[in-house]
Amino acid sequence: MDGYAGKILYVDLTTGESRTEPLPEKMAEDFLGGAGFGIKMITDLQRPGTDAFDPENPIVFSLGTFCGVMVPGASSKWGVSGKSPQSNALGEAYSTGFFGAEMRRAGYDIVVVTGKAKGPTYLYIEDESVQLMDASHLWGKDNWETEAMIKEELGDPGVRLASIGQAGENLVRFACIINDRLRAAGRTGMGAIMGSKNLKAIAVRGTADITVADVEKFKELSFEMYKRAKGPATEKYRGLGTAGNVLVLNKAAAMPTRNWQDAVFEGAEKISGEFMNEHYVTKIQGCDACGSRCEHVASVNEGPYKGSYARVEYEPIYSLGSCTGVDRADAIIRSVQLCDLYGLDALSAGVVVAFGMELFEKGLITKKDTGGIDLRFGNHEAQTEMLRKIAFREDIGDILAEGVARAAEKIGKGSEAFALHIKGVEMTGYDVRGLKTCALGYAVSRRGADHQRHGAYGPDLKGTVDRFSVDKGRGQLVIDGEDVYSVIDSLILCKFNRGIWNFDEMAQMYTHVTGLPMTGEKILLAGERISNLARVYNVREGLGRADDNLPIRCMTDPIKSGVAKGSLVTRDELDILLDGYYESRGWTNEGVPTKAKMDELGLSEYYQSIEGLAKKPKPRKAKGKGGAK
Amino acid sequence: MMSKREHKFVSADPELCTGCTLCEYACALEKDGMFNPLRSRIRAVRLYPSGNIAIACRLCETAPCVIACPRDALDQSEENGTIIVDDDKCDGCGWCLEACDFGAITIHPVTKKAIVCDLCDGEPKCIEICPVEALSLASRDTHATKARIEASRKLLKAQEESEL
Repeated sequence: MDGYAGKILYVDLTTGESRTEPLPEKMAEDFLGGAGFGIKMITDLQRPGTDAFDPENPIVFSLGTFCGVMVPGASSKWGVSGKSPQSNALGEAYSTGFFGAEMRRAGYDIVVVTGKAKGPTYLYIEDESVQLMDASHLWGKDNWETEAMIKEELGDPGVRLASIGQAGENLVRFACIINDRLRAAGRTGMGAIMGSKNLKAIAVRGTADITVADVEKFKELSFEMYKRAKGPATEKYRGLGTAGNVLVLNKAAAMPTRNWQDAVFEGAEKISGEFMNEHYVTKIQGCDACGSRCEHVASVNEGPYKGSYARVEYEPIYSLGSCTGVDRADAIIRSVQLCDLYGLDALSAGVVVAFGMELFEKGLITKKDTGGIDLRFGNHEAQTEMLRKIAFREDIGDILAEGVARAAEKIGKGSEAFALHIKGVEMTGYDVRGLKTCALGYAVSRRGADHQRHGAYGPDLKGTVDRFSVDKGRGQLVIDGEDVYSVIDSLILCKFNRGIWNFDEMAQMYTHVTGLPMTGEKILLAGERISNLARVYNVREGLGRADDNLPIRCMTDPIKSGVAKGSLVTRDELDILLDGYYESRGWTNEGVPTKAKMDELGLSEYYQSIEGLAKKPKPRKAKGKGGAK
Repeated sequence: MMSKREHKFVSADPELCTGCTLCEYACALEKDGMFNPLRSRIRAVRLYPSGNIAIACRLCETAPCVIACPRDALDQSEENGTIIVDDDKCDGCGWCLEACDFGAITIHPVTKKAIVCDLCDGEPKCIEICPVEALSLASRDTHATKARIEASRKLLKAQEESEL
């Protein structure tokens, strides 16, 4: 096999030992890389039903197939997976930057970390050398300081890092992992798992060559894909970037505002991509071997947030802007920067702050709880201060650090009605009340509330379907999106480059690079296999139909204004959507993959672990339980 | 007669450069048919948060690498100004690398010989692949000309503004 490094590295933090195993060729063909590898490894290695912070649980870092290879948007994509401390189910997150390529050159496709170090530790991988380093002096430092200090003490500015900040150390359940300063493996609390293992960072340096199987054919396809990568298919991301969605979604009444009390934000202009580009974006740069570029670096040059800078994207502008009612671009930039420094998932963090703001405005918490902060919607100073309190678990921040689902359970008083989450993971920025295909995608998403598992907002917003109605056919639409995204997240192609590829080209690239046979059909089947194995993992962890749900507010509280005014998703509508989805998936009506489906996908060996679970769907009781405090 | 001053080298415009390192990939692929930044004759640098540039041999007029080489393995082409490495003489000691102020010459990880940009027979692959056209063949005079234009633009704009 070319392309792949061909090795899996296992590190046990409890014993300090490490070993490698070869990457099986069949695993490469069947699961591709990234998501496929991560999901397979945690399914194989983790005992079902453990607490997310159980030291024996693995956290798996898995590289995209094309790390270290000249493939647009794919040269340094890496993923991380483990049992999520938010959902108690599948946790997975993806990032780019330069870390993935360096790891591939160090000689690994997958790094599996188990156990718990006695004290703060970082892992230093330098080709074959794998060392556990003391991180006592780094504990308490933010991500950027940590990166600088490790590079300095290792005497090598070429080292690449993935690290956690104070949020991960303090087991904030939505703590993320940061690499290359501005890139985040954001969702589902992977940073908290690192924290629970006393693992501050992974530092990596690699010097090995990456070869491709067929140089001439590879060159031809690669240069062609690079030509497309700078063409019309990526124009949006090179221009306004995802922040361009602010005005589009706001106009469609799909931009959740003030903790989803509405879907139209009156301050949208002031936080739009257009406004950001004109006043704050100083550079649009790229990740490793990117043929497009999308990283909008925004800097604040005056006012109370002078000196702040961050990468701006639609999602954090939603979560730390419209969702908290903050209409100041400079405050949003500072807030995103704080999330990167502390290592908070900026997406969840904003929704959590918004939840706190609604608690405060409704009088369920007071200044006594907030440590004197006037935690009202639109108060940007309250927002930045609350982000700090969450990361350090101070005052109400200690409860909010558990995420909205668990916080609502602790606080009670009906607050679950405005806890915006699915499976314990906070909502991302598409108002599903008026995007009903997307609503299904969110409900069944394997990692909790998410638009990135399926992209089902596409048919709704493009008008391919009526976004305000439901029918069973939406199931297949969501499935198509999910399986494509399972492929994309396993080869790990940049989603912003998804428009330049078709399946046959993905397969050709796979073959030119690895030398393994692949067809468009086979690669799509791998996508379906990966989607199904993820479901097996979740079913095994006790999830079922009851967890494929929407936040209470999305089913009881209609959008108040704009073109989607009055829209919500009823229980009956959700049931129609779920019925259609499970049926088209070839799963039982309780959402459990059938034996026939498992056999078809070559997953027969996993059927035993879920056999019988279909009949006794368990009510969710994961929330509030377990580890952190 | 061609003077050395007119020799053109691969130059990056930091305003355009996105720091993506694609030039490194293309160079290693072109020269060695595989990927490794250590095999690349051009290297990209990012200074956080967003300072980006790529650096290849600048074909210095009195090249310090040539002077530094204790084995006289390096020579500069009169024709195009590139540094020519005599692999028979080079023993990979790395003096040239230390002499270069730009980090533009390096030692090949396998052959252990000095490697440096040779301009790919006048059609550098890095320039071809650069998605933002940040790379170009430029002489020092091109740079000076551009700088004069840029300075004049600022100067004249300032004048216009003060007249308003």
